[in-house]
Amino acid sequence: MSKKAETESTPLALDPPKRRATAESMAARQREISVSEFFTKNRHLLGFDNPAKALLTTVKEAVDNSLDACEEAGILPDLLVEIREVAPAPGKPSNEGEKPDRAPGPGGASRFRVIVEDNGPGVVKPQIPKIFAKLLYGSKFHRLKQSRGQQGIGISAAGLYGQLTTGKPVVITSKTGKGRPAFQIHLRIDTKRNQPDVVQDETVDWDKDHGTRVEIELLAAYRGGRTGVQEYLEQTVVANPHLALTYVSPKGERLEFPRVSGELPREAHEIKPHPHGVELGMLHMMLQDSEGKTVKQVLVDDFSRVSPAVATQVCELAKVNPRTPAERVHGEELERLHKALGEVKVMAPPATAVVPIGEELLIEGLKRRFSRADFYMSTTRPPAVYRGNPFVVEVGLAYGGELPPEEPAEIMRFANRVPLQYQPKSCAISESVYQTNWRGYELQQPKGGLPIAPMVIVVHLASVWVPFTSEAKEAVAHYDELLREMKLAIQECGRKLAAHLRARAHAQREQMRRSLFEKYIPEVARSLSEILRIPKETTEKPFYKALPTFVRVADDEPVKEGNGKADGAAAPAQETKARLEPKTRKKKPVKAAKGRSGGGKKGGEQLTLL
Amino acid sequence: MATQSKPKKSDRDAVTLSKIEKLARGIFGEVSKGKNPAVDIRTRTLSNVSFNEKRKIIELGDRAQSREFFNASMARKFMQTLLVATGCKTLIDEGKTISIRQMYYMSKHTLKGSTENTFEDQDESDPIIEDLEVGIDALREELHLFANRRGSAVGRLVIEDSGDRIDLSRMGRGGWSIPSICEPEVLKFAECRAEFVLFVEKDAIFSRLNEDAFWKKHNCILMTSLGQATRGARRLLQRMSNELKIPVYVLVDNDPWGLYIYSVLKQGSINLAYESMRMALPSVRFLGMSALDYNKFALTPAVKINLMKEDIARAEQMKAYPWFKDKKWQAEIDALLENGFKMEVDGFLTKSISFITEEYIPKKLRDRDYLQ
Repeated sequence: MSKKAETESTPLALDPPKRRATAESMAARQREISVSEFFTKNRHLLGFDNPAKALLTTVKEAVDNSLDACEEAGILPDLLVEIREVAPAPGKPSNEGEKPDRAPGPGGASRFRVIVEDNGPGVVKPQIPKIFAKLLYGSKFHRLKQSRGQQGIGISAAGLYGQLTTGKPVVITSKTGKGRPAFQIHLRIDTKRNQPDVVQDETVDWDKDHGTRVEIELLAAYRGGRTGVQEYLEQTVVANPHLALTYVSPKGERLEFPRVSGELPREAHEIKPHPHGVELGMLHMMLQDSEGKTVKQVLVDDFSRVSPAVATQVCELAKVNPRTPAERVHGEELERLHKALGEVKVMAPPATAVVPIGEELLIEGLKRRFSRADFYMSTTRPPAVYRGNPFVVEVGLAYGGELPPEEPAEIMRFANRVPLQYQPKSCAISESVYQTNWRGYELQQPKGGLPIAPMVIVVHLASVWVPFTSEAKEAVAHYDELLREMKLAIQECGRKLAAHLRARAHAQREQMRRSLFEKYIPEVARSLSEILRIPKETTEKPFYKALPTFVRVADDEPVKEGNGKADGAAAPAQETKARLEPKTRKKKPVKAAKGRSGGGKKGGEQLTLL
Repeated sequence: MATQSKPKKSDRDAVTLSKIEKLARGIFGEVSKGKNPAVDIRTRTLSNVSFNEKRKIIELGDRAQSREFFNASMARKFMQTLLVATGCKTLIDEGKTISIRQMYYMSKHTLKGSTENTFEDQDESDPIIEDLEVGIDALREELHLFANRRGSAVGRLVIEDSGDRIDLSRMGRGGWSIPSICEPEVLKFAECRAEFVLFVEKDAIFSRLNEDAFWKKHNCILMTSLGQATRGARRLLQRMSNELKIPVYVLVDNDPWGLYIYSVLKQGSINLAYESMRMALPSVRFLGMSALDYNKFALTPAVKINLMKEDIARAEQMKAYPWFKDKKWQAEIDALLENGFKMEVDGFLTKSISFITEEYIPKKLRDRDYLQ
């Protein structure tokens, strides 16, 4: 990071090189780099590499923040996301749908205004500038708690990007409760000092009881498709059934996603670091901040699942005196302590720190997005641990109906309910889907590829700390424990799918058999009537009467059985049946059919042909 | 149908009708009880036939397939079986007899609400007719059906066919056409001066012998059925042997197919094993052509036709048949295999046009050079 770029290169010389600068002269140029400056130069690290991605990242950061805030406050989120294309004249937003009257910027970019408004708790006035215009300021970095945002970089980086590309300040409107004033603050970031700069500050009328509205103007490009804003919002809707969302696109289209669950996700408990996951630097910091405690006290107080006995064991293993004041642990002692913490046997961290979407709600979320699939199923794994971090993997599937039948299945990746749209190839989630043998679940799958089926696969990783491959939070890193759980979840869900598919195939076969018999009955009945000289109606009747005994029609098909604890999928399974057989069909007696097909019902496994 | 004037029915017809009705009543009764109605049909496969050493005929075993209606793979055939049964009942009621091809058309129609036909081609209806024969234990002619006739006869025999008196010695070059039904009810032997029957495989040999007036000189009946003998020809041969008490000689090509024609005449076939009692003729004599005739009659290599791979396999197969276990037969088949060639009866024309009439057959008969 040293600054000597200005010096000119000299040709090779035999003489010893001439000193170009002294320590003193160099010192004059050495100064602190503000984070804002750093990120101005490295904005790709945060997901602002190109105009299209910048737009997505801006929306995403604002939405993530709103959802986190609402959930923390215990409010069912109501969000408005609006993207307007803006005319170039400064400070004059264009009307919806109006074409900008200037040439698009570099890379097809033009000016957009992103508005994200929530009904959250609002932000107290003195905090507004810091939260929205100071990088690395936030509440989430300092604690181990499952949340969407992690670093506190996002929203202010979006504001900074807007400021850099359009010169426009970020406009924040916030109100913390009924009868309280709504503040509207125009903010700039002083990039040199990483300090907010309040440009304008006024009280406005706002009909909302409480909430926050963020407006950022930026140079961006609006794209559709897998990496677009709309896809992000639609996926968000899948993972957040409790969210009511309104989206107004640059074309002025208004998309409404009403809430499908009135239930807020359980509040995630904040947990202390687990001894197995702590990094050396973190451990050092914890010991330094111990305010006179002994090593043992720090271990017991500040770590999760460390009892006094365990702490003693760690100290013995590390050959560190448990009564040593924590601040004095340095160097080799620190390293031994770190190693011992990783080796000692301790209980897994409490699972209450992780909040999955849940099997039923995941299905609700899927249905909201893919309302015309044939069936839905989901699996939520029990909590597991990687490097001391508890996590839960969930998988949801939507299958059939109007999903494209001959194309590879679509994967939706989520980390703490946030859709991951970039870098699918390097993500552990995609890997887990590819590595699953879908052929075992009645699907076609080209070697090493995605299953070819009318299917959407949702994989959600919930954890207090999601290991992303980069700070842009685009892909989940390949940890064995994560991959294993993901595959187990997919397999479990796959088995449910296979049961459905088999049941459906069975129902279709039975339907075919039924129509086969129905086709031949009149012929047989007429023959009998001619030979026996009795009316055809008489000979026909017993055949139709016996028919249901030999054909198991779909409406008495048990789907649940043979599928174990498929409670999450049970309800949609029955709906599926109803959809598969829309014609009203009389209930048929099952008793005789069971007897004939030779033994117990085995749910989807029941393939016996008569 | 009740109003139609009913033609006279023989006792046999009455029995057949009651068999068809019994089948229908059984089906109706089963399905009325909520059961899966079925027709039991004895399986006509190699695994379900056996050689009766005492009677020297192939007999059908008891293994039967239950053809159920409520079975996706059997429903169509079940329906077809009943259609054919209904057709046969109509034929009996109306006193008419038709060919199996006509039965195919009689039972064929398009199923309501589909493009599917009750029968798509005759290959579908022919086996169903045989199924019905074994299913209700009725003979084909009892069902008023016949196969296409094939074959001719000439010679020292006078018959009565449906009241017409026919002298087989006055049939000109073509001979009398053997009907497909040769039951005593319709066909009677009126007068016989023949001392034996000569059955030849090929029509060309029949013509050769007929032109040479072989049957006049040797006082016999000359017959052919053009290849594998039809049911009518087989039934006729059996009746001639039984009723006229004269021996039956067979002259076929020297190849596995010829041996097989002889074998079917002798013991019956797998497919028609249930008819063996009425058709098989264990006493039938194999006059030729023998593999040994090549040397016996000093034939030239001009008659040789190389054995094909299938010929060898077929011959090996026949060597294993219980009815060819006799030493002489084993020697005969071994000789064919050792020769490595087959011969046609027509091959005797390498000698002279009428060698077969004047030399070959007379010498064979004289020497009693035949297998049995």
